[in-house]
Amino acid sequence: MTLKYMDEYRSAELCNQYVECIATIASRPWKIMEACGGQTHSIVKYGIDQILPANITLVHGPGCPVCVTPMSTIDAAIDLAARPNLVLCTFGDMLRVPGSQQDLMAVKAQGGDVRIVYSPLDALKVARDNPQLEVVFFAVGFETTTPANAMAVFQAHQEGITNFSMLTSQVTVPPALRAILASPHHQINGFLAPGHVCTIAGYAEYEAIAREHGIPIVVTGFEPGDILQGLAMCILQLEQGRAVVENQYTRSVNREGNQAAQGMVNEVFTVTDKMWRGLGQINHSGMRIAKKYQVFDAELRFGLGPESDQENAGCISGLILQGIKKPIDCPQFGKNCRPERPLGATMVSSEGACAAYYRYRRQESAA
Amino acid sequence: MTMQRNESSEISCGIPINHAAQVVMAHGGGGRMMQTLIHDVFAKAFSNPLLATEHDSAVLPFQVANSTLRLAFTTDSYVVRPLFFPGGDIGKLAICGTVNDLAMSGAKPLYLSVGMILEEGFSMERLQTIVQSMQRTAGECGVQIVTGDTKVVEHGKGDGIYINTSGVGLIEHSLCIDPASVRVGDAVLLSGDVGRHGIAIMAAREGLNFETTIESDCAPLSAMVQDMVQAGVEMHCLRDLTRGGLASALNEIATKARCAISIDETLVATDPQVRGACELLGLDPLYVANEGRLIAFVPESQVAQALAVMHRHEVGMGAALIGRVNAAPAGRVSLKSTIGVSRILDLLSGEQLPRIC
Repeated sequence: MTLKYMDEYRSAELCNQYVECIATIASRPWKIMEACGGQTHSIVKYGIDQILPANITLVHGPGCPVCVTPMSTIDAAIDLAARPNLVLCTFGDMLRVPGSQQDLMAVKAQGGDVRIVYSPLDALKVARDNPQLEVVFFAVGFETTTPANAMAVFQAHQEGITNFSMLTSQVTVPPALRAILASPHHQINGFLAPGHVCTIAGYAEYEAIAREHGIPIVVTGFEPGDILQGLAMCILQLEQGRAVVENQYTRSVNREGNQAAQGMVNEVFTVTDKMWRGLGQINHSGMRIAKKYQVFDAELRFGLGPESDQENAGCISGLILQGIKKPIDCPQFGKNCRPERPLGATMVSSEGACAAYYRYRRQESAA
Repeated sequence: MTMQRNESSEISCGIPINHAAQVVMAHGGGGRMMQTLIHDVFAKAFSNPLLATEHDSAVLPFQVANSTLRLAFTTDSYVVRPLFFPGGDIGKLAICGTVNDLAMSGAKPLYLSVGMILEEGFSMERLQTIVQSMQRTAGECGVQIVTGDTKVVEHGKGDGIYINTSGVGLIEHSLCIDPASVRVGDAVLLSGDVGRHGIAIMAAREGLNFETTIESDCAPLSAMVQDMVQAGVEMHCLRDLTRGGLASALNEIATKARCAISIDETLVATDPQVRGACELLGLDPLYVANEGRLIAFVPESQVAQALAVMHRHEVGMGAALIGRVNAAPAGRVSLKSTIGVSRILDLLSGEQLPRIC
């Protein structure tokens, strides 16, 4: 198994060409937000922002699914994981996310049955193999993860598996971009839209945003070469006074997206208003299990409480998720808030802006 | 089950969580949490100058007649799952790991002890296979297993088999191969590509549906190190890369030697399959485990000779210069990325956790 298209997009030569191109076309300062946490991670890891001309500023968006999951939902997962005869299956990076009192790693150490899986279908297998146990999959993510979650619920339904359910915190990108643009404080001139989300969902929905807000949006990949090309395309639009959706990530994305995946999502899930950690309630920005499949909804099955927007005092992750502040602007950064002891979720997930800055940029702060 | 509220928070809300109350998996992950555990609990309790060197093996001086005899002494426990994996098994690992820890002092490994903790119900056939693998590997390394211990625990109280090995080796050179000997200007040599063991193990583990032909790099490094000693290479420090990978080893040495280390990402070799698997799982190969790779710190003048010796051995065929030791900032490891920008190469907090998307 060898992956293609990695080294080609990481070469210094290619990247320098795009940087020169950007320097040539950018006549004014521009602020561009990358919407996806994977892009943020790449930018900080490779130092992309440091090789850009000084008049180009990158701001980090709300695109880390771990970061925007409400603390009340983390608490619900912790509550479930501590129950006897219940297995909580989750992706690895949810283990360290702080709830209001502890995290899943601590529950696991105290004997809670918490298992790391790589796919919701693995969680379904755990349910199939252990009919005497309740198995809950903690389904967190953007449009990229929703189809596999839908498939797991669909298969459970088909097979009549009764001990499987899902605790969901699933969000969609376009409503979040609209919410950021609706804020009077926003200073964003253009967006890099998330390539993998658009691989599933397509980019037709972004066309209305570009039109209504007069803002260029470039669907962009995750390698340094992708991000720099996406920026160059976005800046060219700004300089030319255009505001449309363009697709940099053509090797993965088309306008309509993956329609089979969308069909599965629409079968199992329904659009709902959703609480985002740091951003608050955003209308029509989430997906919950539809009525036909609600027997698989862990929130209903276990009578869990509603979402809340509770946040730790002193954490500015909300402002960071909107691109208003940078991690190094936070007085807690690197001091009271570190990956071992995160105050807020932007420090926990490897794709959170604070964790990326801590890991790769610590010398810039006072820490 | 009761949930304990953490009482040692620096601020009044329930966060931060510092996992002080109980051991969590990340305490064994080779990252910062493990370092903290070792320093705050073990080193604090057992404190002595030999332990304080924090090297892979302790160097024990003995005054014999008019000369000083130096022995290297080390121990390691093996809990790997699965027991058999492409390129090795728990038995081979248990020999190589301890032999390699001895070799990191430049010692010639001589004698090992083996402690077996077996779980009731474990297959005798598998035990035989593991033991034969241990004997074969010991033969290859030129070491003898001279003492041992056997314990059997009840079904459900173990995980099939755990193995502990301790070893002693003889130091036949006058160098002080130790993190404290690292000097500003030293070159950092890496003996081959990184990340094979960790990815081979992950691929072989149940539930991970990807296939690779990657084999663990699990191998003894002692013959190569002995060759370097005999060739007169002035080695300042050696460290084999295990849990936590290259990045963690560099950080441990930068901290202990109070120096800065800078490496160039483009000079660190990784197999395309290892990189592909890491990409899918959201892991960084620089933090993935190895069992047959080392880094060597040598003066600039010794680079060509050291590499020439390493290249003569199968385990060192891919050896290359990857970086340098600088004066400041002390304890900081930096990495020049493929696009030419320098950034921190940090010690991870705990284990690397596969990401969501």
